[in-house]
Amino acid sequence: MVLEAARLTHLQRLEAEAIQIMREAVSESERPAMLYSIGKDSSVMLHLARKAFFPSIPPFPLVHVDTTWKFSEMYSFRDQTAKDLGMDLIVHRNPECVERGINPFDHGSALHTDMWKTEGLKQVIDLYKFDLCFGGARRDEEKSRAKERVFSVRSPQHQWDPKRQRPELWQIYNGRRSPGETLRVFPISNWTELDVWQYVHLEQIPIVPLYLSRPRPVVDRDGMLIMVDDDRFRLREGEVPEMKSIRFRTLGCYPLSGAIESDADTLTGVIQEMLLATTSERQGRIIDFDGAGSMEKKKQEGYF
Amino acid sequence: MSHSSELIASDIEGYLRSHQYKSLLRFITCGSVDDGKSTLIGRMLYESHLVFEDHLAALEADSAKVGTQGADLDFALLLDGLTAEREQGITIDVAYRYFSTERRKFIVADTPGHEQYTRNMVTGASTADVAVILVDARKGVLTQTRRHSYLVSLLGLKRVVVAINKMDLVEFSQSRFEEIEAEYREFAGQIGLDDMTFIPMSALKGDNVTDASTNTPWYSGPTLIEYLETVPVDDERAEQPFRLPVQWVNRPNLDFRGFSGQIVGGTVRPGDRIRVLPAGTTSTIDRIVTMDGDLDEAIAGQSVTLTLADEIDASRGDLICAADSPAEVADQFEGHVIWMHEDAMLPGRPYLMKIGTRTVGVTIANPKYRVDVNTLDHLAANKLELNEIGVCNLSLDRPIPFDAYNDNRDTGGFIIIDKITQNTVGAGLLHFALRRSHNIHWQDVKVDKAARTGLNIHRPGVVWLTGLSGAGKSTIANVVEAKLHSLGVRTYLLDGDNVRHGLNRDLGFTDADRVENIRRIAEVTGLMVDAGLVVLVSFISPFRAERQLARDRVEADEFIEVHVDASVELAESRDPKGLYAKARAGELTNFTGVDSPYEPPESPEVYIDTAALSPEAAAELVIATLRVRGIVS
Repeated sequence: MVLEAARLTHLQRLEAEAIQIMREAVSESERPAMLYSIGKDSSVMLHLARKAFFPSIPPFPLVHVDTTWKFSEMYSFRDQTAKDLGMDLIVHRNPECVERGINPFDHGSALHTDMWKTEGLKQVIDLYKFDLCFGGARRDEEKSRAKERVFSVRSPQHQWDPKRQRPELWQIYNGRRSPGETLRVFPISNWTELDVWQYVHLEQIPIVPLYLSRPRPVVDRDGMLIMVDDDRFRLREGEVPEMKSIRFRTLGCYPLSGAIESDADTLTGVIQEMLLATTSERQGRIIDFDGAGSMEKKKQEGYF
Repeated sequence: MSHSSELIASDIEGYLRSHQYKSLLRFITCGSVDDGKSTLIGRMLYESHLVFEDHLAALEADSAKVGTQGADLDFALLLDGLTAEREQGITIDVAYRYFSTERRKFIVADTPGHEQYTRNMVTGASTADVAVILVDARKGVLTQTRRHSYLVSLLGLKRVVVAINKMDLVEFSQSRFEEIEAEYREFAGQIGLDDMTFIPMSALKGDNVTDASTNTPWYSGPTLIEYLETVPVDDERAEQPFRLPVQWVNRPNLDFRGFSGQIVGGTVRPGDRIRVLPAGTTSTIDRIVTMDGDLDEAIAGQSVTLTLADEIDASRGDLICAADSPAEVADQFEGHVIWMHEDAMLPGRPYLMKIGTRTVGVTIANPKYRVDVNTLDHLAANKLELNEIGVCNLSLDRPIPFDAYNDNRDTGGFIIIDKITQNTVGAGLLHFALRRSHNIHWQDVKVDKAARTGLNIHRPGVVWLTGLSGAGKSTIANVVEAKLHSLGVRTYLLDGDNVRHGLNRDLGFTDADRVENIRRIAEVTGLMVDAGLVVLVSFISPFRAERQLARDRVEADEFIEVHVDASVELAESRDPKGLYAKARAGELTNFTGVDSPYEPPESPEVYIDTAALSPEAAAELVIATLRVRGIVS
């Protein structure tokens, strides 16, 4: 097939746009931070940040809102990344959750996510007085995201009001805030899942190995394959972990992340499977199953 | 149009290589309610294989529950993002969708056709390369079609597809198609559109969307997807002179000083001569720095970091230009203003303008005219409401570099920000600098403010009393002036009622007139302070933005805002001029506190609770503040 000789490819245009957004955000804020979730979207966003500010180191810390229930491979990847790049890493764990031992087994996925992630995020923003946080959300992930702005204002109570969003024209972003308001900025809003994978491949960006298929211990629970990542996992009666060749399309708390059986143990293999796949990426996330409009509701409450 | 599954399965590396070089096209779809726009986008997503099984399952369930297509899939339901709008059955905002074909990737700005159209359509069109305008074959060119086309042409889109949809409902009639095409062409000529492609289509049945339809043998043009896959996408800005707005000064250490930004016009190479505006200093490009290595050339659309051969001063907001074809620099313009907020644009009110990476203060004059977007008629206007478009003169508080919007969207397009709420309230397009901006120079005077102040035993200043009618402003102002006079201070009292009999007798009490009222007083006050006087201003001055304007007109330590506070009930019980009674009786409209808002100061220098403090005590409080400031001794 003959492709036209466009001077910039779609990935080059998306990259230049993301860089422009990041520089604009940093210039219009006093205490920016990057929310770093250790997933592939975060990895791409971080790589773009390095490009945006090169030869300087990105002028903000990485913030990980931790739940203590991530995969152990995610923790080691996170610490190594921050060390390699020479960036500050702030890890926040909601102290109330630590004290009360909030976990997905006793408290359910909704409460677990709300207290560790939604509340934890609000706490860390208030604690460090961040006025702007980068996030790796994409508009193609979920329907309510399709309408969110690149620069998204949150009230002093961290709430999102979908009806009071600022118009965004051309490439002019309004980074101004009233006292107490904060901004969430999404530099890869216009990227699709395929764009992200393709960029990871092209730029050879390091990602957590859990995205690639390996034999791992899992149990089949309520139709989802859940990995038994450590001995805190509570096996139900009759459940015996078995080794299966699995990988993850999205990463979160390990007891809440559904794996897929796969032989794709290389990046191109993963992309190949993704292109031939018939279910969407977010299906592996238990928190989205709470009903139509659940993501929109979470975002209004302050979830990222 | 789906991804070629065979290649993916057999040669993923080959597939990725070919996919990697795809170009990107951004387009906007415009149409009114019920013309099949959501159906069209839904179909494009579906046919490009981007609807997954779980989405499809949800779509099937939703189609059965709230769909409008009987047993068929209602593609429109794929798009409705927010719970609220699904329930109302309308889309309320701009949404962005993504799909790709063998040849290209696409970003679609999907905007609704109902009453919020202007704000949303202008937003969507601002980043689009091409517009797809849907016309219902049964209805032909409607008012909405004209409106959408006008907005597309205003925002400078050069290429338009007129998708004549629902052809299945007019039996794929060639004569009907040609009739609509002729009608549209005639209208389009008036608004300056010339690159148009007409396609007979049925989004619902799929005719001429992806594959050529057998129902339209008389049509030999491209299908919609064929057109979108082949229309040129190269950035027109690449043909313009070099422009880079400085976003961020990159200084990792003392040895490196780079200017980071995205190129919005032309091409740049090391060795090129450049000029930094508005200062006008010149230098030569040394390096084009990126993390992937230095570049020999960079073009419009790329984000880079430039280093210069000379150590010249440049900072965020400056524009680096080709030295031999720099942008213009000016501080007064004519342009289109598109209002995007429920609170109307008020002439004379100070706003912020962000253009490129620079934010400056702006006031907008009375619109020369407002455009009726349905008829294109020019109408008289003294303000702009939400979704209204006007041609206005704009006056900035400092000069900026710019190009006419028609030459470059990124150096000629701007947004307007409210100073108090920080919201984006409008947008606009610069057309040209006003000649007077080049010709008016501030008269250099020999006797200046310091010299005038030297003759007095005090410094100049402003005591600005704000509060409801009947709160006691004038009473307190009179006591303060008498006391200052006895101390040998040269004063002048500007009182709302008195000024309205003379200087401002042409103004009424609408919001727009109130803004102009205070703007004039702020100017007079500024001149009097320049003359060395202590000026007492007793005006209701209900809006924060205008009090801020008055404050900004003088030095920071010269302005003392006094909030003379009384509840509406208390002021009404005093009612010295009988105005509240008239307002309550409906004889007086736009009366502050009754049917017009009062925005109390957030942090006034002096706060007076008139329920607790006598005018005498209040005056002492004001004079004590003047002493603390060193205005009187």
